[in-house]
Amino acid sequence: MARDAILALNGLTMQFGGLLAVDDLSFEAKRGDITALIGPNGAGKTTVFNCITGFYEPTSGAIRVNHADGKTFALEKLPDFKIAKRVHVARTFQNIRLFPGMTALENLMVAQHNVLMRASGFTVFGLFGLPGYRRAEREAVELARYWLEKTALTDRADDPAGSLPYGAQRRLEIARAMCTKPVLLCLDEPAAGLNPRESDELNVLLRAIQKESDASILLIEHDMNVVMEISNHIVVLDHGKKISEGAPEFIRNDPKVIAAYLGVEEDAVDAAEAEVGA
Amino acid sequence: MEYFLQQLINGLALGSIYGLVAIGYTMVYGIIGMINFAHGDIFMVGAFIALLAFLILVAIGVTAIPLALFLVLLIAMVLTSLYGWAVERIAYRPLRGSFRLAPLISAIGMSIVLQNYVQLAQGARVKTLPPLVTGVHTILDLGNRLVVQISNIQILIIATTFALMTGFSWLVASTSLGRDMRACEQDLKMAALLGVDTNKTISLTFLIGAALASVAGIMYLLYYGVIDFHIGFVAGVKAFTAAVLGGIGSLPGAMLGGLLIGLIETYWSAYFSVQYKDVAAFSILIVVLIFMPTGILGRPEVEKV
Amino acid sequence: MSASSAGKSSVVMHALKDALIAGIVAFGLFVLLLGFLADDTLGKLRPLPRPVLLAAAVGIVFVGRFLISLIYYNAAALRVLLGELFVAAFALAKRFRFVLLALMIVLAFVWIYRVPDDWPLVATIIITILFAVWLGLTPALLALAVLFPVAFYSNPYYLGIAIIILTYVMLGWGLNIVVGLAGLLDLGYVAFYAVGAYSYAIIAQAYGWSFWVCLPLAGLFAAFFGVLLGFPVLRLRGDYLAIVTLAFGEIVRIVLLNWISLTNGPNGIGSIPRASFFGIPFTADDDGFAARFGFEFDPTHRTVFLFYLILALALITNWVTIRLRKLPVGRAWEALREDEIAVRSLGINPTNTKLTAFAIGAMFGGFAGAFFATRQGFISPDSFTFPESALILAIVVLGGMGSQIGVAIAAIVMTASFELFREFEQFRLVIFGFAMVGIMIWRPRGLISSREPSVYLKERKTISAEHVAEGHG
Repeated sequence: MARDAILALNGLTMQFGGLLAVDDLSFEAKRGDITALIGPNGAGKTTVFNCITGFYEPTSGAIRVNHADGKTFALEKLPDFKIAKRVHVARTFQNIRLFPGMTALENLMVAQHNVLMRASGFTVFGLFGLPGYRRAEREAVELARYWLEKTALTDRADDPAGSLPYGAQRRLEIARAMCTKPVLLCLDEPAAGLNPRESDELNVLLRAIQKESDASILLIEHDMNVVMEISNHIVVLDHGKKISEGAPEFIRNDPKVIAAYLGVEEDAVDAAEAEVGA
Repeated sequence: MEYFLQQLINGLALGSIYGLVAIGYTMVYGIIGMINFAHGDIFMVGAFIALLAFLILVAIGVTAIPLALFLVLLIAMVLTSLYGWAVERIAYRPLRGSFRLAPLISAIGMSIVLQNYVQLAQGARVKTLPPLVTGVHTILDLGNRLVVQISNIQILIIATTFALMTGFSWLVASTSLGRDMRACEQDLKMAALLGVDTNKTISLTFLIGAALASVAGIMYLLYYGVIDFHIGFVAGVKAFTAAVLGGIGSLPGAMLGGLLIGLIETYWSAYFSVQYKDVAAFSILIVVLIFMPTGILGRPEVEKV
Repeated sequence: MSASSAGKSSVVMHALKDALIAGIVAFGLFVLLLGFLADDTLGKLRPLPRPVLLAAAVGIVFVGRFLISLIYYNAAALRVLLGELFVAAFALAKRFRFVLLALMIVLAFVWIYRVPDDWPLVATIIITILFAVWLGLTPALLALAVLFPVAFYSNPYYLGIAIIILTYVMLGWGLNIVVGLAGLLDLGYVAFYAVGAYSYAIIAQAYGWSFWVCLPLAGLFAAFFGVLLGFPVLRLRGDYLAIVTLAFGEIVRIVLLNWISLTNGPNGIGSIPRASFFGIPFTADDDGFAARFGFEFDPTHRTVFLFYLILALALITNWVTIRLRKLPVGRAWEALREDEIAVRSLGINPTNTKLTAFAIGAMFGGFAGAFFATRQGFISPDSFTFPESALILAIVVLGGMGSQIGVAIAAIVMTASFELFREFEQFRLVIFGFAMVGIMIWRPRGLISSREPSVYLKERKTISAEHVAEGHG
């Protein structure tokens, strides 16, 4: 596996009873890239995400993450929270999972739990308000403030997350994931339910993350405007299998992809293309 | 050997009682996903109603035991199911759509109400009824006074349970009410959209569960001859254990779990210690929930992310 | 005119119909259990008819349902009227809150002075306290608590009740960590109370160590039990967890009943060493508290000391909880209550987080248990039954899960009313059970349902209840 691959899947298979949700899937995501995972509904994209982030234990196959310092992690046997804690893989959810009764700022503070926990001497020092912990907490608030600004949520910092409008909740979830200082950020349909202006803003945000942080991005998305505009590499899934992979330009014109999305046989697409002289 | 077989029979009789109560837990859990904590107390109410009905029948001159028992069965089933209905109507229906632990807390409240209501109405002391169904049959004689016996009351318990289970399985499998119940179990909202009267179905579920619990209450009364307002709590937890062990939501599972709990408890008392027999049942509950949360016949649940 | 009178009569008809149905159902429910008593005074069971009782019960249901229906069908108008009255009264009260409060306190003390043995006094005090909190004056509550023994020095009965109330405040606060903050429904909390009480009693008797050595040990033992139970079961979903904790509570009670050599079984442990004033016993001897400090001996000294002791313990529980909420572990608890899956996705170990909540909650339960043991001087398994767990849970639920002040008010109201209606043994428990149901129906988030954020950027805004989740699962 190439050293510059942040994430490498090899023969990933996930079976639920009789259903083969992901079938022998292999691909790599390069460090610093935005890699998109696309495919029709039910293609198994979210299942792949859940395997990567440890919410499911894959039936077979290998998932590797390479850190820049050369450490390699095997994710397929790690439980979810250890993947986030040790490997620094962060994620968002298709149906937003914020802590609705906590403020936006509190949401971002929870994300920095492990750092703060160490600083608070596993609660003991923190209980008596020792200066070391107070400094760490100030720093945590600063990091939160940075991401609140990036996601244009500073004004809503002290409002409960559940009271934010939908688009803001999506952004807050990304900000929360970024507060864990991830090397790999997995976004599950970040543009779902956003209006065109909001999804343009999302593009800007994701580009900024790509440029200014250490995080590489893996995203599932249906909004082709987002996918084609910002991703460096696209992997196409259908019925749990990889049917195509490449740069946006290539994918846009791949007949197999078109067939999968339009639900017609491949040769029918060929015939149609021949007809219009494509 | 003969001791072992004897305990097998005792355990099956006890397990039948648990199984009947367990069905109430499992049905309610299957349909609205809540633990009906007050169900054990419904069982206790059933036993008390049966006792009073029997005493009144004797007082007005119905002394033929088979007839009296039959009438007691009818009265207790009807009146106890009214309690099941009332509990659902008062304490659970207004909470549909509330947060998940709300019905459980409400059910605990209802359980406290029922226990203290019966204690207020009938006093705290135990009520003792002389055995009504007597007679034993020796089914195995090894000589030397080593015998395996089955009593008429044990036969009655096992036979009644078997009959009720058959009838009830038929009800769930082949009637329109059963179909509604199964639909509600799959998806309450969807069933409502398709025209199933979910409120009625849920009410009927509670009604049936309470009726079965009242039969268990009668059996308990006849088998042990002693009841008090407190029997519902421990029996309830054990029956719930049975439901979980068999796989909550599954009717044959509830019966199987009931029999297993009955057997385990009987053998534990026979071979280890009577004082700790409840500890055995409670420990099984904990162990099953941790290592086998779907039970023996339950469906696995996949966590939605 | 005619239309409205027709409307009125149909409302009455409707209400009558409802009442009739309710009456029939009530008759069915009560006909045997209330209508007859299985009487065994003559040695043999016989049914004793109680027609008057039956008629009264059915009548109450009938009339009650009739009135409720009447109100319900006229609900809109009634609600508007009541609502406006309430808002006006509230605004007025808020404007003059200090005057009102001062008035109430003066009134309360005048009353104490005039008729020291009158129970309405207690009611007045409680209302004062409620007022104080309602108007946002927590310090007033604290001041009242500190001054209580001074005011009631001559009345040890009230002091005793106050001590019981504070014990429940502490237990409520302890369980609040588990149920209110971490969202884990624990139905066996009394087990930790029992472990604390028994470990205190056994250690204090066996080794003769002082209260101040045994107290932390009892807390540690309870916390250890919390971890022991929590480790295997905390992976379970909400209601399963509830049942397992209930089973655990029962197991502890059964073991206490049967492990005769250690616990003396159902007879309990007596003559547990009493708390001393940091080594100085409350006795009439020459080296007793009174003699040493030059007072005349008075058994109330000990009661007053116990009062301040439990007040201090409760306040420590409160302080620790408030601190913990602002630490990462406390935020993780609340996050866990809101969404466990999201918590896991952020690299937080859910089991450890739950375990700390369980252990810390158990520890405070253990402290309260140790206090209970030293106050009573005698403990038996009868004090640690399931209804006790249910009472503590009801306090947390009624108070508003997660709210410290709400839990305190609920503990005061519940325990005080329990004490006041002591003569109505079971009846109060029936009411108590219905109250639990009623709270869930009308105010599932408790008295104080809003939440204070643990950290803020610009301004601290109270979070209204609608956004706050009450436990996953």
